[in-house]
Amino acid sequence: MKVLEHIGNYFLMLQKIFGKFTKWSVLKKLIFREIDVLILGSLGIVSFISFFVGGVVSIQTALNMENPFLPRNLIGFATRQSVILEFAPTFISVIIAGKVGSFITSSLGTMRVTEQIDALEVMGINTYNYLIFPKIVALSLYPLVICISMFLGVFGGYIACVYGGFSTSADFIEGIQLDFRPFHVTYAFIKTAFFSFILATIPAYHGYFMKGGALEVGKASTTSFVWTTVVIIIFNYLITQLLLAK
Amino acid sequence: MIEVENVVKSFDGTAVLKGISAQFEKGKTNLIIGQSGSGKTVFLKCLLGLLTIDSGSIKFENKKLKDRTVEERSILRQELGMVFQGSALFDSMTVQENIMFPMQMFTNRSLEEMEERSNQVIKRVNLINANNKMPSEISGGMKKRVAIARAIVMNPKYLFCDEPNSGLDPRTAILIDNLIQEITKEYDITTVINTHDMNSVMEIGEKIIFLENGKKAWEGNQKEIFKTDNKAVTNFVYSSELFKKVKKQYILEIDEEENIEK
Repeated sequence: MKVLEHIGNYFLMLQKIFGKFTKWSVLKKLIFREIDVLILGSLGIVSFISFFVGGVVSIQTALNMENPFLPRNLIGFATRQSVILEFAPTFISVIIAGKVGSFITSSLGTMRVTEQIDALEVMGINTYNYLIFPKIVALSLYPLVICISMFLGVFGGYIACVYGGFSTSADFIEGIQLDFRPFHVTYAFIKTAFFSFILATIPAYHGYFMKGGALEVGKASTTSFVWTTVVIIIFNYLITQLLLAK
Repeated sequence: MIEVENVVKSFDGTAVLKGISAQFEKGKTNLIIGQSGSGKTVFLKCLLGLLTIDSGSIKFENKKLKDRTVEERSILRQELGMVFQGSALFDSMTVQENIMFPMQMFTNRSLEEMEERSNQVIKRVNLINANNKMPSEISGGMKKRVAIARAIVMNPKYLFCDEPNSGLDPRTAILIDNLIQEITKEYDITTVINTHDMNSVMEIGEKIIFLENGKKAWEGNQKEIFKTDNKAVTNFVYSSELFKKVKKQYILEIDEEENIEK
């Protein structure tokens, strides 16, 4: 029953976010600030993880191809498929749920604890719109982060594979181009668009409705990470079933 | 003026406010006092509309809060100033940005006009060289001054303060109390202060409402509170040894003042 109550409150929150809008001149500044913190602030860690995990994927693939009849271009093919279909959109999103999600929950939770949200409400401001809407807009740029992750993941695979002596550059590049279906990229971006909304709103819900003190802020961040991850994984399954299954 | 009639508020079936009626007068510092857990903060949040009351009514200038349209409520909120217990300053903004914030949200003033107005209130609350500092860089007393400046920057009709001098040293606490009282007179506003500090009662208690277990147990002013026989009030007032010792002397002084006035 508690879960149903949370789901109901979550959808009521979404309705209020798109209620009375904050003055555009103020909202504009908030959106740019959130882009800086949530998007640009995540590029470093996303790039680092994507590059090295892409490298590991290609090495693992190469090491598991014992049959000499298997063409070496399969390493590039498998790296591309793993990175584009799952690693970049889904697993980077889980990592971002930890980084950005926890940040959103703890910052809103702290604002709740220190009565800053009450102060905004007393002034007659739609706090849902003022605090959460800029995060949704900023995270709508999240597919760009995933685009960079895809590129760096494949590039990391290329570097590890070629310089590790697992295949030639030509084989790897041939593998990347092998049986390429543009819809797979579209599918990845559709997933990412859903995930970006989840990444903005579920942590915001946990932070906004937090009760208690500093300890509860920490607990709310953890709960928010768990639920964001669970919902991302469920949506990943549903979208994959809808878009790729025949 | 704010009129409150028979306000009831419960949480999960537990009544916190049990039918409180009171009037808060314009141009006066109205104090809500009582022990911790007596319902002061809940009562204040109900007055502010942050909590919805179960029954009863709250009237601002003879119009019930619940009868107001969304638009009217929005206008009313812009006429309210609030000083929170922990100041509730926005920690991502400088002192001046905090003070200019209500103007940015609700007026079309230019940056220069907003800076001019914010400098006026900064000067009024005696904040020196703090405009560009972040809230984390200033003292507790200064934070209260910033919160007061932010609350009055839009020329409010009503000022609410939740324990404005908690966590401050006695000298700064008195300065903050006096500042609030001066502003109340200067702007001719209705000020409601939530406190359990007896020094505040003595300094600025022009009208006092004493809450006990969610009920109004007593009503009077700073002179009457020292003469009352109400057991709950005397237990509260004379809980400190200092007040027990100065009781007789203080009552004598009050009597003398009253005789002179007569």
